[in-house]
This record gives sequence, C-alpha cells and structure tokens, in this order.
Amino acid sequence: MSNNDSPIKSTGLHIGEAAPGCKKTDPMLIIDHVKKSFGGLTAVDVEHLEIPKNAITALIGPNGAGKTTLFNLLTGFDTPDTGEWAFLGTSLSGVPSYKVAQMGQVRTFQLTKALSLLTVLDNMKLGAKNQVGESIFRALFPRSWRKQDAEIELKAIELLKRFKLDTKQADFAASLSGGQRKLLEMARALMTDPVLVMLDEPMAGVNPALTQSLLGHVLDLKKEGMTVLFVEHDMHMVRHIADWVVVMAEGKVVAEGPPETVMNEQAVIDAYLGAHQDTDLGVVTGRISIIDQEKDK
Amino acid sequence: MDWGTIINNTLAGLLTPTTIAFALAALGLAMHFGFAGLLNFGIAGFMAIGAYGYAISVLTFGFPWWGGMIVGIIGSILFAILLGVPTLRLRGDYLAIVTIAAAEIVRLLFLTTAFTDVTGSADGLFGYNNAGGFTSANPFPPGSYGWGPWTYNSETLWVLTFGLGVLAVCVWFLWALMRSPWGRVIKGIREDEEAIRALGKNVFAYKLQALIIGGIFGGMGGIIYAAFANVSPGVYVTSITFFIWTSLLLGGAATIWGPVIGAVIFWTLQAFLSNILPELALAGILPVSGTQAATLRFVLVGIGLMLLVIYRPQGIFGDKRELTFVK
Ligand SMILES: Nc1ncnc2c1ncn2[C@@H]1O[C@H](COP(=O)(O)OP(=O)(O)O)[C@@H](O)[C@H]1O
Ligand SMILES: [Mg+2]
Repeated sequence: MSNNDSPIKSTGLHIGEAAPGCKKTDPMLIIDHVKKSFGGLTAVDVEHLEIPKNAITALIGPNGAGKTTLFNLLTGFDTPDTGEWAFLGTSLSGVPSYKVAQMGQVRTFQLTKALSLLTVLDNMKLGAKNQVGESIFRALFPRSWRKQDAEIELKAIELLKRFKLDTKQADFAASLSGGQRKLLEMARALMTDPVLVMLDEPMAGVNPALTQSLLGHVLDLKKEGMTVLFVEHDMHMVRHIADWVVVMAEGKVVAEGPPETVMNEQAVIDAYLGAHQDTDLGVVTGRISIIDQEKDK
Repeated sequence: MDWGTIINNTLAGLLTPTTIAFALAALGLAMHFGFAGLLNFGIAGFMAIGAYGYAISVLTFGFPWWGGMIVGIIGSILFAILLGVPTLRLRGDYLAIVTIAAAEIVRLLFLTTAFTDVTGSADGLFGYNNAGGFTSANPFPPGSYGWGPWTYNSETLWVLTFGLGVLAVCVWFLWALMRSPWGRVIKGIREDEEAIRALGKNVFAYKLQALIIGGIFGGMGGIIYAAFANVSPGVYVTSITFFIWTSLLLGGAATIWGPVIGAVIFWTLQAFLSNILPELALAGILPVSGTQAATLRFVLVGIGLMLLVIYRPQGIFGDKRELTFVK
C-alpha cells in the first residue's frame, strides 16, 4: 500500500462539459428524477446523475443536503416518491435492499452498524454471499457447509489483516473503538465481493492515525476494479482520493466535476456558506479555509 | 414443620412432565428472544394451540395420538406465520403487542361456549390420551419405578420418557441450528437487522423461520403438558407466559441449556415455596392463611423476575456481554 504517494486519478470520466447531470463515458449507476420528501421537506430531488464506473466519486454537501437519504434510496432502504435508477443497466426501483446488496451494490452506514455482540470474525463471515449453511435445512448438516465456512474464514482473516483487525478477531465487536468499528464495517462490506461500494462518512470519528490507512483502503478498492461512492466532509480526503466530486445542496445536485475544479465553483461555496448557521463551526471553518486556499491558487 | 415432606416434594419438582413442558416452551422463547431478538409475549398461545391441536384432532377427528401431535405442531407453525407475516416487517415492540393479544384471542376462542362440542369450553378436553392410544403405546408394564422423591407409576414414567426424548431432540435441533451459518445470521439480526439486510440477507424470511422454529418448541411444550394433564383453557393464561419468561431469563436467554435448567430451577423453587409457605402460615410465622400463603409464591415469582432483569439479565449461564437489556 502506498498511502503517501499521490494516487493516480482517473480522468476522462465525463462527456461534454462537467455540469450537474452530465453524461459519463462508462456509468455504473444512472439516476433519473429521484425525489423524496419528508412531510413538507424535499430531502432529495435529483434530476439526473451518473456515477462513473471504476472510479472514486465523492458526494459532498452540507449537513441535511440529502446525501444519506440518497444513499438510502439507491440501496432500497427507503423508497422514493418518484423516479428510477439503474445499476449496471438493471432497474433497481422497487428492488428490496437485500437484493440490491446481492447484486453487488453494498453500503455502509453513517451511524456505524457493528454487530456488537458478535465476534469480529463472525461479523466478517456474515458478509460472505451464497453461504450454503445459511439455508435452514442445510444448516443442520455441517458436512454441507463446513468446507465453505472454512474458506470464508480464511478470506475474512485475510481482510482483517489488511485492516489491522486480525488481533481482535475473537473479541466482541462491542469492544472496538469507534474508528475500528468503521474499519470493521468496511471490511465486512468487502466480504460481499461488491462491484459498487457506497461509504457514508467513512472517516467520521476515525482518529488521524487510522485515517491514512482508511484512505489507502479506499484507493485499493479502485485498484481492485471496484467503484466507490462515498460521502465525506473532510475536504483533504476528497481532494486526495476522489476522481470525481458531486455536490449536493438542499436535495439537488448543484455541481459536479473533478475535485480540482469543482471546489472552486461559486455554487459549491454558496452551498456551504448557505448552510453555515446549522453546521458545526469547526468543520465549516476547516472547509472554508480549504476552499479559500483553492481560490488563492 | 414436616421437613421430610417439604424436601421430598421439592426434589420431586426437579423432574416432572410440567418441568419438561416448560423447558420446551422456554427453549422456544430462547430461539425467539435470546437468539433472534423477537419479543414474543404469546408463548402461552403456542402451547395452547399445540395442546388443543393434539386433543381436538384425536377426539373430534379420530386421529391416532401421533397424528394428533403432528396436527398440534402444524397448528403452531400456522400460528407463527399468522403472527409473523403482518408484524415482522414492523419494529420489534409491535410483535410483543400482537403476540400478547393473539395468545389471549386463542385462549378465549378455546374458552367460548360457541365451540363447546369441539373445545369443551371451560371444562377443557380429556380422555384423548386413551382415545388416541398414547396411553396404550406405553412400553413400560404397570408398576412402580425409580426411588425416593422420584418414584413414578408407569403412566408418568412413559410421559417423562417421551417428554425427555422430545426435549433432547429439540435441544439438539436448536444447538445444531445456532452453531451453523444460519444461526450466525439470526444472531446478527438480533444485533442490527439493517446491517444484515445491507449484507444481502433476506431478514424477513430469517425472522419468520426463527418464529416458526420457536413456535414448534412452544407447541411441543403444550403437547407434552397435555400428554400428562387435561387440556384446560385456564392453563394457557398470560401468567404462564411470564413463568416461561422467568424460566428463560433465570437460565440465560441466549444459551441452549439455560432455558432447560431455568425451567428446572423454576419448578423446583415453585414446589419448595408451595410446600413451605403454607407450613410457615400454619406455624404462625407468616401472618396469612394457608391458601393465601400458597398464592404468595406467585408474588415472589414476580419479584424474582424483576430482580433478575435488573441485576442479572444474562441469567445464570449467560455471558454477561452476550445479552443485556441495556445496550
Ligand atoms: N426519516 C426522516 N424523516 C424526516 N426527515 C428526514 C428523515 N431522514 C432525513 N430527513 C431530513 O432530510 C434532510 C436530508 O437528510 P440527510 O439525507 O440525512 O442529509 P445528509 O446526509 O446530507 O446530512 C434533512 O433535512 C433531514 O432532517
Ligand atoms: Mg448523512
């Protein structure tokens, strides 16, 4: 893993001008007219959005912009009022969340969901797909699943090593720190052999020492041919690893483009400044300084 | 005070058909609550359906005893599906409310005079063990078996043997399931069903399966109870549900042997209290009448249940970390 070198950015992802809703040369996810309201509040209202294949796309925007809600809609955890979206050409409207995951579109949660009273290893093994022993009838015959279970265990331990959690494998997940739980959730998601990995604020609450390795892991996913869509507030991380940035504000996509250019756009600065009052001041000041630096260049 | 009788009766409580029936029902609750996190407060309903399913199919439809028992089990499965399909998609507390109400509905349906011909209404049902041939299937010749407090006639010995056999199969079944990848998914659902859904598992199907398996155990509990006593609607009241919860929590909800040992402790304690409390009243130590003293044990059960939940939610055998109410 080369955490400190500048990662190789994917380019030529879009067709035509980089504007909200622009076409991608090779889209993995195509979203059309997806709208979701909670009472009078329109949480998500995305006209058209394409997520490029085998690239790292960052979804940014102030708190309450609708990023998590969009994740919920795309993964079947919530149903939109209108709209359709397709994953690798297959329409996902009305497809239940577990089937979405089986198709290779896996997500993590903003509020980490470690299975606290299961061991770290069991957490991992749960991620593996097509397990024979997960059928209630075959479960009774260990001969039918022992071998597969052993293979899954090997794979889980390999991944745990990569995420530096292998020494914790026998511990209950409840005993992990917040950052380690984020790592575990990500590693567990990888056990499903996903095509598209959707990470909701993977860095939130992760201490700086772990941040570096998390960055490395996300970059590795791309190297292994996966597509990543992640929500992040840390602009350093976004600029460092994202190939493409989508900016949301008040439910809409207000800008998209490569990180170097999109963060200078007036719409982006407005989006953040507009949300200034209700966001954590520390985070906001951090963001403004980054955006200011970009402007100064 | 006659300590000899008290001790004798207490020890006898260790192994009775009632203890076995409760152990089975508690095992069902362990599947539901301890492993899958499903709050079922209607286990008495599952027992009632098992018991009535057995008795009615023998008495009304002329089934042999084993056929009647199978009907009782099928009834429990259908009851689980009926409860699960509308509620398992909702939040966990809804299942608790629906199960407690459904168990009451079941009991009242068996109690109402509308179906007296079939259900016996308030009198309940009897004579089915003879009619269905369960009694004559007894392989033990008449006589007295065992020793000391554990002396049984051949009928009781037959019910005990049969009940222990069923219990052993159910314990093995639960153990085999919970050590498998299926059990891992079930425990994962207890922890966080959204996380499990995000990993591509059909959570609803798993929860329904768990509800059915636990329901079968509960139904078997009712059947074993019926194989020894009569079937009476007065048995399957909500307090029975709470006795079973007490047994389960006593032993440890997320364990295989906990519910069995919990039921044994519960009934041994019940036997002890029902013997010693009237004696204490007679001796003037308790300022109540003998009958009042006998009901006092149920008050003590309630207090015991509260103390258990507050101070030792994981039960006697549970791992403190594996199951607590406060997460
Ligand atoms: N279940 C819900 N019920 C009502 N309002 C919600 C719900 N989920 C999200 N919202 C609202 O929708 C908006 C978008 O929220 P969210 O998607 O969580 O934003 P983000 O992840 O971008 O911070 C917010 O105003 C939030 O309060
Ligand atoms: Mg969010």
